[in-house]
Amino acid sequence: MDRRTTIKWVLAASAAWPLLGRGAGRADPALTVQGYGTDPNLLAVYRPGELWPLTLTAPQRQLAGILADIVIPADEHSPSASAVGVVEFIDEWVSAPYPANLRDRPIVLGGFIWLEAEAARRFGRGFADLGAAERSDICDDICDESRAVTARRDAARFFALYRDLTAAGFYSTPVGRKDLGYIGNVPLARFDGPPPALLKKLNLA
Amino acid sequence: MPFVTAKSQRDAYDVIVVGSGAAGGQSAYTLCMDGAKVLMLEAGRRYSPETETPMFQTPDLAPLGGVGTPQKPFGFYDATVDGGWDVPGEPYVRASEEAAGRFEWWRARMLGGRTNHWGRISLRNGPYDFKPHGRDGLGFDWPIGYEDIAPYYDKVELLIGVYGSNEGLENTPDSSPGCLLPPPKPLVSDLLIAQRAKRLGIPAIPGHRAVLTQPLDFRRSPARLHPGNVTAQKILAEDMRKRAACLWATPCGRGCSIRANYQSTTVHLPPALASGNLDIATDAMVYEITLGRDGRANGVSFVDRTTGRQQHATARVVIVAASACESVRILLNSKSAQFPNGLANSSGRLGRYLMDTVGSSVSGQIPLLESLPPLNEDAADGQQLYVPWWLYREQRAGKLPFARGYHIEFGGGKRMPGYGTAAGIEWLTGGSYGVKFKQDVRRYYGSFVYFDGRGEMIPNDHSYCEIDPSVKDKWGIPVLRFHWRWSEHELRQAAHMQRTFADIIAAMDGRTHGAVQNDGAKAIAPGGSIIHEVGGAIMGSDPKTSVTNQWCQTWDVPNLFVTDGAVFASNADKNPTLTIMALAWRAADHILERLRRKEL
Repeated sequence: MDRRTTIKWVLAASAAWPLLGRGAGRADPALTVQGYGTDPNLLAVYRPGELWPLTLTAPQRQLAGILADIVIPADEHSPSASAVGVVEFIDEWVSAPYPANLRDRPIVLGGFIWLEAEAARRFGRGFADLGAAERSDICDDICDESRAVTARRDAARFFALYRDLTAAGFYSTPVGRKDLGYIGNVPLARFDGPPPALLKKLNLA
Repeated sequence: MPFVTAKSQRDAYDVIVVGSGAAGGQSAYTLCMDGAKVLMLEAGRRYSPETETPMFQTPDLAPLGGVGTPQKPFGFYDATVDGGWDVPGEPYVRASEEAAGRFEWWRARMLGGRTNHWGRISLRNGPYDFKPHGRDGLGFDWPIGYEDIAPYYDKVELLIGVYGSNEGLENTPDSSPGCLLPPPKPLVSDLLIAQRAKRLGIPAIPGHRAVLTQPLDFRRSPARLHPGNVTAQKILAEDMRKRAACLWATPCGRGCSIRANYQSTTVHLPPALASGNLDIATDAMVYEITLGRDGRANGVSFVDRTTGRQQHATARVVIVAASACESVRILLNSKSAQFPNGLANSSGRLGRYLMDTVGSSVSGQIPLLESLPPLNEDAADGQQLYVPWWLYREQRAGKLPFARGYHIEFGGGKRMPGYGTAAGIEWLTGGSYGVKFKQDVRRYYGSFVYFDGRGEMIPNDHSYCEIDPSVKDKWGIPVLRFHWRWSEHELRQAAHMQRTFADIIAAMDGRTHGAVQNDGAKAIAPGGSIIHEVGGAIMGSDPKTSVTNQWCQTWDVPNLFVTDGAVFASNADKNPTLTIMALAWRAADHILERLRRKEL
């Protein structure tokens, strides 16, 4: 990627948030659906894309998966975010017609543009083509909003949101519940409270 | 044919009950079990908890992980139909959009109303709570005292099933023997909160919630509730046997298909229907009480929502139990030559003295609760313990800058993971991602606690509702306009809550999340947002200054009753639902007596 292209990307990225932020979604015909209404069937199983069309493009979905797995990679306890449907969850989220989703959509899409631009600026390649160390080089600068420099504050806000969405998608699944050791949501004949040994250990017996 | 269409009503009913929630359900139950013929009109649709409740559904099966949206504000699985802060086609007006004057109104359009999703917290008002003016000169005294309503608290607890304990604390009444079910075991976080709060002189005791921690006593309770009425006893015993005990899972706010908690649709309506004395018309939006030439109510007019047609039903007695504000709206919209300012409004007090509960919250993170082993902490879905108001003596001595008390609802534990589990935890993690983030989430999961203050609001002249002069809903019915203002008592109380919760979190060696507000105006939740709105048709002992007498009977129209929260003359810190039911039972007993004597 030549220098002129890089500069164009950076300019596009810096303009992305205000541009996308103005009336975000309303101009997009895909987002004119009315949601699930005030009396949806609560017993049905809903999959992303059933209630409103998913709107991320193939390159956006690729980047969404890479970034979700940077936030939640596979480890010895559980698989990565993209392996349990987090990309679909995020696509559903940014494609939904509700105020919170309309608010988040330009932040996520703007963040994607910024990431590509930043990858091009730092390494002359697209984010997908970076190695792990190069990706961390960028993410380390935006992973904590309170420490991010002013120029990267919007990018840090994007990263915080993206981490929240990735975690929401991941920990809502059976895999995520198991990762946290959640053992509820099963009928019990009786509830005995915490084990006495634990209470003793915590000086609560 | 218990569920009737508007076309197939019976010719004559003893009583029309408008509304099917806590007040309507209790009113109809009491009347039907003693033989009165009742027509219940519900604005919302028919709703069946047995077949519609998403008991074990997990967030990954719902759109957007089940989080709240404007169409389902308390989450996708919340048992609210066609409701929330906005009901489509049924607007209301705020006189002010300023934060300090903001009032929010939660409604539901479904059989059973808001009882399907409520928190099930069932606290009794105490003796002080009926005579607040007598104690500090503020607000109004009720025309009844605790001793008048205590037998009805016993009855309601026996009927619906409430867990709790008798602690003998000031203005925190004990129940009669055998009324309460055993409280659930506390969680680790509950016990830690109780231990550390105690060091600050703050007592934590078992909560009171309408959840069956064991099966109801179907052998003895029916005879206690309906002495001398064998038919009622038999119906109730059969129904109590069909209610299962809690299975220690699934959030109560979704409703309960096994009927292990109270909702009108699972507790009040089934035996009332089994009596053969109850007809229910759903999709019946009542807009007016009609008046006969004799000055008595002769029926109600309503819109059949399925056809849009206006209908009329008649009865000897009319009970309005549509929720405080909706009942006031119906009465204000019932204008006639005799009552140009709304029915039963000769005092001019209809719509006045609207109250909500003072609400303020602080949450924190507790290192002692980090990295605990896996525990099933679904328990009773909250309020295993709570803190009743504990500073009566200090308040009497003038040591507090506000006049009334609050209680504390708190919680923690390893709840079902979802959107909130790992959101916004950079303040703890320093912005970790990757494998470190997964480790952090495991470490902090279950280590958060929250504290919600629930305090008494004193009625004032600036908090009221009236009919908006121009706005109408989609049925053409004029809508309410709300005016709201807190007094210094509420604002200072909210600030006190913030400091107290921060102190408890500090005593737990924890960290508060976010700023602790010293400014009460910033600490207090908007009016109406706690969804404890009461008042608007307050009861009293003087027809010039109140709308009903102690029997919930309007002073102006002898066969017109208001049995919901509208009649509250004060709004103690105790959640209002149990008191609504106790008052409704008492009023229905009175109506039955008067019907028998042919006085109504």
